[in-house]
Amino acid sequence: MIHAVWLIPALPLAGFLILLATGRKLGDPRAGYLATAMMVGSFIVAVGVFFDLMGLHGEERRFEQDLFSWMQVGGLDVHVGFLVDPLSITMALFVTGVGALIHLYSVGYMHGDERYPTFFVYLNLFAFSMLMLVLADSFLLTFLGWEGVGACSYFLISFWFERPSAATAGKKAFVTNRVGDFGFMLAMFLIFATFGSLNYVPVLEEAGTLAKGTASAIALLLFVGAVGKSAQIPLYVWLPDAMEGPTPVSALIHAATMVTAGVFLMVRVNPILDVAPGVLTLIATIGALTAFFAATIACAQNDIKKVLAYSTVSQLGYMFLAVGSGAYIAAIFHMVTHAFFKALLFLGAGSVIHGMGDEQDMKRMGALRKWMPITSGTFIVGWLAIAGVPPFSGFWSKDDILLGAWEKNRLLWLIGLITALMTAYYMSRQVYLVFFGDERWKHTDQKSSEEALTEPDHEPAATVGAGAHGGAHGDFKPHESPPTMAYPLVVLAVLAAVAGILKSPLEHWLEPVLAHPHQFTSSSGTKLGLILVTTVAGLAGVGIAYAIWLKGRVEESAMEPEVLRRAWFVDELYRKVVETPGRALANFSAFVIDAKVIDGTVNGVGALVRAGGSRLRTVQSGFVRNYALAVAVGAVAILAYAVARAG
Amino acid sequence: MTVPGAWYLGLAAMLFTIGGVGLLVRRNVLIMFMCVELMLNAVNLTFVTFARMLNDIGGQVVVFFVLVVAAAEVVVGLAIIVSIFRRRTEATADDISLLKG
Repeated sequence: MIHAVWLIPALPLAGFLILLATGRKLGDPRAGYLATAMMVGSFIVAVGVFFDLMGLHGEERRFEQDLFSWMQVGGLDVHVGFLVDPLSITMALFVTGVGALIHLYSVGYMHGDERYPTFFVYLNLFAFSMLMLVLADSFLLTFLGWEGVGACSYFLISFWFERPSAATAGKKAFVTNRVGDFGFMLAMFLIFATFGSLNYVPVLEEAGTLAKGTASAIALLLFVGAVGKSAQIPLYVWLPDAMEGPTPVSALIHAATMVTAGVFLMVRVNPILDVAPGVLTLIATIGALTAFFAATIACAQNDIKKVLAYSTVSQLGYMFLAVGSGAYIAAIFHMVTHAFFKALLFLGAGSVIHGMGDEQDMKRMGALRKWMPITSGTFIVGWLAIAGVPPFSGFWSKDDILLGAWEKNRLLWLIGLITALMTAYYMSRQVYLVFFGDERWKHTDQKSSEEALTEPDHEPAATVGAGAHGGAHGDFKPHESPPTMAYPLVVLAVLAAVAGILKSPLEHWLEPVLAHPHQFTSSSGTKLGLILVTTVAGLAGVGIAYAIWLKGRVEESAMEPEVLRRAWFVDELYRKVVETPGRALANFSAFVIDAKVIDGTVNGVGALVRAGGSRLRTVQSGFVRNYALAVAVGAVAILAYAVARAG
Repeated sequence: MTVPGAWYLGLAAMLFTIGGVGLLVRRNVLIMFMCVELMLNAVNLTFVTFARMLNDIGGQVVVFFVLVVAAAEVVVGLAIIVSIFRRRTEATADDISLLKG
């Protein structure tokens, strides 16, 4: 089965090609089922490859498959090939697994959309790109997938491009990602200049011999790429806006594909990072700051998806904190558990939005657990997992990360701890607002003052009927979602609940990937103490939210200061610092350089020729004898010149 | 007695000048055409003269080329002149200035 590894990306690619050709004919919902079938097939192959790989032992757990030569330029011979090792197959497993569930969910969620088949075309291409990214055996092939997910995220975020906000969000995601890609490209140039190869195996094996400066430069540039793709400070701004896409896309981007790519890349190149301790510290710092920063914003958002978006940014910050602390396995572990519970939360949010008739404002929800039992039950599991309540999966992975941070730097650990508290708080706030409390959607006239601040146009055009905010009021009753949407939720809820048991198998499993196996050095007493502190922080967050949002002990608006609701005004800052000069430059180029200088030159040459021509045309008199005279005079002149020279 | 080469050259120069001036001053197309022929043959005469003076057969060979070209030119030129006269009863070179810029 291990030789069939090429099938893992090939199946979604086939789905993409088939749907591209015949998607319209297949229509709704067969196109969706075809795409889902491809992902399920891909998942089955991945499971098979996984078991084959498990049959090998220790250091032998690596399989390389060389398919064909892609291009040969000078000393650079790029092959399309796959590197199967514990890391890539772990990634492939949850990309295909979670991806398949999201595909299945989309079958129901996108039902009735006029571009239904197109959606699945993009979705399969997205999965293919991500699988190329994780399974590639060289930096360049990874980069192919890297760009692929970038392009697909652009297509999917702006899937409802009729809405200007969606079109803008897509562009924002693409442009921000390009900034990071630049770093990745420079890193590849440097790697090729240093090693003469872009294949992972030779490069990573020789990474230990790197000079510290070179290693730091490569690591830093790769980190720039990862910052763009995985939405860290300062390039995280695209991710919250990516909520403009259909909800399954948000789930796919946030959980299974795309944003995890940066963390994956960092773990993949861990032998290089180990030689560059300075960069590791930077990564840990950026990660901790992002985690904290995004969590503060998430505390004050009213859009159900925006909360989750900032939460993803925050959780990714955790993963980078782990990478920076050298706890690579903790990063991957958290990535896996996060994939489960974040996919669950996003799909749950989509289900809520669907059931509420396209309402996204949490302030207009409430008490939905009576109306949507499956959605609320599974969502609550996801909430407990992300809040770090034992024994749910998030508890175990977050605990590992905080332990790593503790050993790296106490300050980073403290930031991580506070973030854990805030994570529990904002997720509890969300759950209380959506599933508990009063049935606020009944009161049409109760318009919260926050409404002006949330973007005006939130309804996804896809789902049934009403489509407007008004749909959520009056005689309206929330309803549970169809089975294709509910089943994935249940599966993900089970995974999110029990994924904690993967902890020690995963540690053992991923060990061969690391250049220097990372061991936690703290005594078991310290470990236990940290676990206790983390748990208390998580429960405290839940408790605070309970007091504020269910019991109303504190004025609600006091908990949502303007600055947090507007996300620290970062978008405004970027607009001032980047957009304004950029626009000025564009205007200067367009209306001065282009219109005056370039057009002026071109038109000037034309005018000169015309003027010259109209002067010279009089010479052409049409009289033969004039011409003859001119010839004679010319001949005499030439003769005179020749004679003069000879004389 | 042999005629000196310079005389031939002088004669050729005179013929060439007559042809050139005629070409410039006359308006009758046919006459202008004859002037061109005159100039060509003046050149021919020069070639032959130099061939004899310098004892170089090359000059005489060139004359053949000139004659051939002149014959071809006569054919085309006369054809044009005939077709012009078919269209207009009387035509001078100055009347035909259709290619005026």
